[in-house]
Amino acid sequence: MAKSAFMRWFHRFGSLPYFYGVSVPIARALAVPGVLLAAWGVYAGLVLAPADYQQGDAFRIIYIHVPSAWLSMFGYTSMAVAGVVALVWRLKLAEIYIVAAAPIGASFTFLALATGSIWGKPMWGTWWVWDARLTSELILLFLYLGVIALHNAIESPRTAARACALLSVVGVINVPIIHYSVEWWNTLHQGPTITRFDRPAMDLDMLWPLLSAALGFTLIFGWLTLWGMRVQLLWRERRSRWVGRMLENSR
Amino acid sequence: MLGVFWAVLRRDLLLAFRQRGVLVHHLLFFVLVVALFPLGTRAEGAILVAVSPALIWMAVLLAALLSLQRLFRPDYEDGTLEQYLLSPEPLAVIALAKVTAYWLASGLIFVVASPLLVLLLGVPAHAVGVIMLSLLLGTPTLGLVGGIGTALTLSLPRAGLLLSLLIFPLYVPVLIFGAGAMQAVIAGLPAAGALYLLGALLALGVTAAPWAIAAALKISLE
Repeated sequence: MAKSAFMRWFHRFGSLPYFYGVSVPIARALAVPGVLLAAWGVYAGLVLAPADYQQGDAFRIIYIHVPSAWLSMFGYTSMAVAGVVALVWRLKLAEIYIVAAAPIGASFTFLALATGSIWGKPMWGTWWVWDARLTSELILLFLYLGVIALHNAIESPRTAARACALLSVVGVINVPIIHYSVEWWNTLHQGPTITRFDRPAMDLDMLWPLLSAALGFTLIFGWLTLWGMRVQLLWRERRSRWVGRMLENSR
Repeated sequence: MLGVFWAVLRRDLLLAFRQRGVLVHHLLFFVLVVALFPLGTRAEGAILVAVSPALIWMAVLLAALLSLQRLFRPDYEDGTLEQYLLSPEPLAVIALAKVTAYWLASGLIFVVASPLLVLLLGVPAHAVGVIMLSLLLGTPTLGLVGGIGTALTLSLPRAGLLLSLLIFPLYVPVLIFGAGAMQAVIAGLPAAGALYLLGALLALGVTAAPWAIAAALKISLE
């Protein structure tokens, strides 16, 4: 019985007008705590937390960098999960999720790379090293851009979204392979050895703001993606009756 | 199932060898990229040997990108692909047959041509065997992974640049292990590890890619 109740919920949530209606309160529920948590995390990290004894104030960039890096991976993984749902159950919402999440995930990936290289300049003395983690993150950015470009190129929105779903599933299978191959390549090369500072177990004063910022940015990610989904949905369903009726009512 | 595999393979190979000129173009492209590269440097032996793994593999990747665009397009344009989709035979098997034919016609030629080119770059002769083996194991994977990208962009008439954005990130492991095997053997180190990994990638590609290609073809022809 529980299963059938779940399936009923699943189908109701899959109904586009229903989703469009409930997306506003959900977005609000994500936005308010998200912005508060992120704001507190960033403020506490930039102002309240003590400076690092080795890196001084430069370490504070992690309050942007770590949430961005986390969201770059979370975003792609969630797109791949949505891709499987879209391909197996043909759920339109999952297709729309992929399309809406891709640019936001790509932005966070870019942010992670940019903040990383800004941090790397004073710490490592260079903007960029072909370190395994950096390289995989860069390739992840290309994977995101591939999904976005494919979506822009194909005219029919349905076909474009399904193609993006398949591409993100194929991509996510490759992400671990790419990561390990890059790591293997780097150890083979033995390039200029840059040892990461052995990070001492983080002080709680530093850790709490980080966790708060990470959670806050994740909620913001969900909020922005949801708004992107609403726009996609309106555009795709612009000729359907429920959108017309809704627009007339709101006039 | 095997019957349809052989039938598609035979048909595609026949078509490929009736247009021998196209096959020669792939070879010429590969040779030209490798031959022009030293003109852009000061052509000192040590530099050329050092960059030769990257050069050979980049030339192979670019040639694969150009040739992959023809993998499904003729069948798409004359409607054969729709008949494949309508037939009761599993599409994944047909896709595997098409990629195999593609590789035999335009991938194998790189393996055959590579000894001449690497010797041209000054790579020691003892490395040639491993280099050929790395290309033999790596190029089919390029066709399998690239087939997914080609199938996804089938409905777009000019997908070349988009295709590179889709498949080059996925080619990273092959590039790393392929060029890694070459570097190892040139440096006198054992290259077996990289070759095994290339083989593992090929095994994964053969098992998983045909299904992804089939799904992509179905999406493109929806």
